[in-house]
Amino acid sequence: MGGIESADVVVIGAGIIGAACAEALSAAGVRVLVLDRAAPAGATTASGEGNVLLSDKQPGPELELAKASRRRWPQLLDEVRELIGPDLAEVEWDPKGGLVVATGADEMGPLAALTAAQRAAGVEVEDLDAGQAREMEPHLTDQLAAVAHYPDDAQVQPVLATAALLAAVRARGGEVHGGVRADGLVTGRSGEVVGVRTGSDAIPCGAVVNACGPWAGHFSETIGAPIDVLPRRGVVLVTAPMPPFVRRKVYAADYVDAVASAEADLQSSAVVESTRSGTVLIGSSRQRVAFDDDLDVEVLRGLARGAIRLFPGLAAVPVMRAYGGFRPYTPDRLPVIGADARVPGLWHATGHEGAGVGLAAATGLLLADLYTGREPVVDPGPFRVDRPEVALEAGS
Amino acid sequence: MRRVVVVGAGPAGRAAAAATAAHGVEVVLVDSAPKLGGQYDRQDTRESGDRFALPSGVEYLPDSVVWAVEPAPGGHRVHVRTGPADSPERAGRALETRALVLATGAYDRSLPFPGWDLPGVYTAGAAQALAKSQGIAVGDRVIVAGTGPFLLPVATVLCSVGARVVAILEANDPVTGWMKRPGGAVAGWGKFGELARYSVLLGHHHVPMVRRSAVIAANGTDRLEAVIASRLDHDWNPVAHTERRFEVDAVAIGFGFTPQLELAVAARCDIEGGFVAVNAAQATSVPGVFAAGEITGIGGAELATHEGTIAGTAAAKLLGARVRVPFRAMRHVRSGRRFAAALQSAYPVRPGWKGWLRDDTLVCRCEEVPYGELRRAVGGLDIGGVRSLKLATRAGLGLCQGRVCGRNVAELAGLADAADGFSRRPVAAPVRLGELAEDTPVESER
Amino acid sequence: MRVRVDGEEFVAEPGETVAAVLRGSGRDAWRTTRIEGRPRGLFCGIGVCFDCLVVVNGVRDVRACLRLVADGDDIRSQGWEEVPS
Ligand SMILES: Cc1cc2nc3c(=O)[nH]c(=O)nc-3n(C[C@H](O)[C@H](O)[C@H](O)COP(=O)(O)OP(=O)(O)OC[C@H]3O[C@@H](n4cnc5c(N)ncnc54)[C@H](O)[C@@H]3O)c2cc1C
Ligand SMILES: Cc1cc2nc3c(=O)[nH]c(=O)nc-3n(C[C@H](O)[C@H](O)[C@H](O)COP(=O)(O)OP(=O)(O)OC[C@H]3O[C@@H](n4cnc5c(N)ncnc54)[C@H](O)[C@@H]3O)c2cc1C
Ligand code: FES
Repeated sequence: MGGIESADVVVIGAGIIGAACAEALSAAGVRVLVLDRAAPAGATTASGEGNVLLSDKQPGPELELAKASRRRWPQLLDEVRELIGPDLAEVEWDPKGGLVVATGADEMGPLAALTAAQRAAGVEVEDLDAGQAREMEPHLTDQLAAVAHYPDDAQVQPVLATAALLAAVRARGGEVHGGVRADGLVTGRSGEVVGVRTGSDAIPCGAVVNACGPWAGHFSETIGAPIDVLPRRGVVLVTAPMPPFVRRKVYAADYVDAVASAEADLQSSAVVESTRSGTVLIGSSRQRVAFDDDLDVEVLRGLARGAIRLFPGLAAVPVMRAYGGFRPYTPDRLPVIGADARVPGLWHATGHEGAGVGLAAATGLLLADLYTGREPVVDPGPFRVDRPEVALEAGS
Repeated sequence: MRRVVVVGAGPAGRAAAAATAAHGVEVVLVDSAPKLGGQYDRQDTRESGDRFALPSGVEYLPDSVVWAVEPAPGGHRVHVRTGPADSPERAGRALETRALVLATGAYDRSLPFPGWDLPGVYTAGAAQALAKSQGIAVGDRVIVAGTGPFLLPVATVLCSVGARVVAILEANDPVTGWMKRPGGAVAGWGKFGELARYSVLLGHHHVPMVRRSAVIAANGTDRLEAVIASRLDHDWNPVAHTERRFEVDAVAIGFGFTPQLELAVAARCDIEGGFVAVNAAQATSVPGVFAAGEITGIGGAELATHEGTIAGTAAAKLLGARVRVPFRAMRHVRSGRRFAAALQSAYPVRPGWKGWLRDDTLVCRCEEVPYGELRRAVGGLDIGGVRSLKLATRAGLGLCQGRVCGRNVAELAGLADAADGFSRRPVAAPVRLGELAEDTPVESER
Repeated sequence: MRVRVDGEEFVAEPGETVAAVLRGSGRDAWRTTRIEGRPRGLFCGIGVCFDCLVVVNGVRDVRACLRLVADGDDIRSQGWEEVPS
């Protein structure tokens, strides 16, 4: 590790969250260095479907962060494009909108309640009748009880977005190092962060951001400032590339319940969308099974059934791949963003569960706001590190 | 009695099934092809009858693809679809077993060059398979190019279906290569005899073999019209001013083999040096999973057969049968492995092929990723692993799931060590969503 | 056996692959690629490369090199036209 000198802030974890934090800090003139024990954008971020959603969020702090992030993404991408050029900044941003579909009468009431609350919170939602819905999505099932259209739902390719953010960090003089694991902190006299330990070396720095995704809980434990972040497995099916079939992001109304659920057992509900390469992505299951990533055919079966319920024509389409990942999950299902009072100089930015791609832009901004003492983009209170739901006692 | 499941009915899988059955243990032999055979022993599907016989006690499932292997209590669950290839109406089965033998074989490796995506450019395996199973010659005037002794049987079978093989271009210089490894050469003398026979046959047909040469470009607008061949230096860089144009309507390319590893990877078997690691009993690192044939190393049909015999015997033993130790097969395997190692070192793929590419040469055929784009992504973005490489460049994300391009792309991106990452394909073969949605009863061990 | 290739009738033998029938009909390419619109036909011949995809009886993405023909099969080249709803 001879080459690494020092930095103001070391960001640990080069997923989309670490990359967004590093980008925002470097834009504020902070000297950053990003470490990842493996390849940048190779972990959870590589599993993300890349939805930038408002539709799946209940009114509350997460929706506020999501709204800020939805506003921020296009600006952020413009700034990055300016810096690194249009080729490297091509991240497949697509404000294509989303449809939430209730196929059974029993789902109509909950969907109406959700949309009413979201409208009150400032989200744009349009109720569609079956005819309008099928005009937007010609291959949609004709079993339609109710459909809500969210014009502001968008999509981005998470790996390209992370790579572009890291390229921007580099362009501003920051450093990115893959294949370097953070093993612990070096602390000063009063317990404050003065460096990061990597094997037998140390990188001097004034602050550290724990952006280790689903491993953030583990890392926080090794440095004696534990936070409760756990993995929650998700699986996605990918079809063969096909002619245009699904235009927006379309999901079953029971998805919102699955997202909000705290159950450990399998939650599965259909989320269907196409990508620029012609494939259709079918998500998404949620299961707390530690870091077990064996294939489970029953999980795939549930996804297939859900997708066919929304789009019967998908039955004849081949699945060419299935992949899984571990969402970083917190007990109160809110991310952890901010300084950790237990160790001066330690910050966390993690716990975004199934929304880290969408929430990355505002998360980076919020962290940089707090670090530099600027007016925060959203109220940071709900994401505080010392809330009882996430701050664990050392050694517990 | 419990049952063994063998995947693959090539020489290795057939021998494994026969050895298991010989010990009185039930065995299911699953293969995606309509007939027994595998690559080397491929049969003509238009002829009725079967060249190979299986002992009673083997339940053979033709037209049956294993699309997933998942852990099950005490063993594995093997998910099978039976019916016409890629049909949405195949029947599903899920077989549980405590003793799984993987014998999924290998396919040819191809290297990219400008124009290799034109119709008329084939792999050597395609030329062989079309001739053997359909009696079709891929062209009237054909060049066979690449490296390794397997080019000879390919050229021979092409002649037998009426093609004129204009030349065999061998990129290495095998004679001197062999001589450096006398031990391996002696071990493989049987194979040498076979190769000598091919050489004689090719002599009859006046097929010249040119060493240290390769096809480095294919010309044509919508199909192959001609190829450009060049002399190569030791590292396979084209030698200036040695280019020659051949007017041909087909070219068959083979640069060694790539093992079909996805089921072994799904079962979490250790992979070493690109092949499934096995012990003397053909047991993998995972209890209850055995591997035989080309997925454990490239050594030809004979070695595959002996490995299959050992694996089938070991699987029977695991299920409680009293077995005779297959000493003869084990002796053959030891010498066969020496031959295989010698083969590897005599016919390596050397790095000069990267110089054959132009910026617009496709490195991934499925997603049509040109070399220039791959280079730009690797140079400009932070790509340090196969997963992010695939997602950032799309190379390896198409329908073949990196089977054709994986190793090449990994080498071009400087991630050669990570090439195994392309073999992680939990869905080992495409299944239609409707098939996936169906209920499939699980057949636990009887 | 009788089969149709892009609407035209051909005679086929049992045990022939769809690829063999297509070649017999004078074609060596029957798929168009998504991005560049280039012609593709057989490449690996053994089900590995997915270059030879063809539409059989209305179902896309059938590997012509693996699929044996059945009497009455309707075989069509594969492109990227939008699927009718
Ligand atoms: C199947 C699936 C679908 C999803 N779909 C969406 C979606 O559509 N929209 C959306 O917004 N979100 C989605 N998500 C969630 C999203 O992917 C995650 O919230 C997000 O990627 C988390 O990013 P991260 O940077 O926190 O974590 P990661 O991407 O996991 O990054 C953490 C990094 O930290 C590194 N690291 C860990 N420990 C150390 C250490 N000690 N030293 C150095 N490095 C270390 C790891 O190597 C890793 O690269 C999905 C997730 C899954 C699994
Ligand atoms: C072009 C070419 C020429 C060759 N020439 C020779 C030669 O002349 N001499 C020689 O000794 N060797 C030759 N070989 C090598 C030959 O492949 C091996 O020697 C021999 O066939 C290996 O036997 P195997 O049993 O390991 O695998 P294979 O014969 O490859 O059999 C593997 C079987 O597994 C099946 N299978 C794979 N995956 C699945 C799945 N998921 N579900 C169901 N079934 C599956 C396949 O359908 C196949 O039938 C050649 C190979 C090729 C490609
Ligand atoms: S030619 Fe390769 S899959 Fe058919």
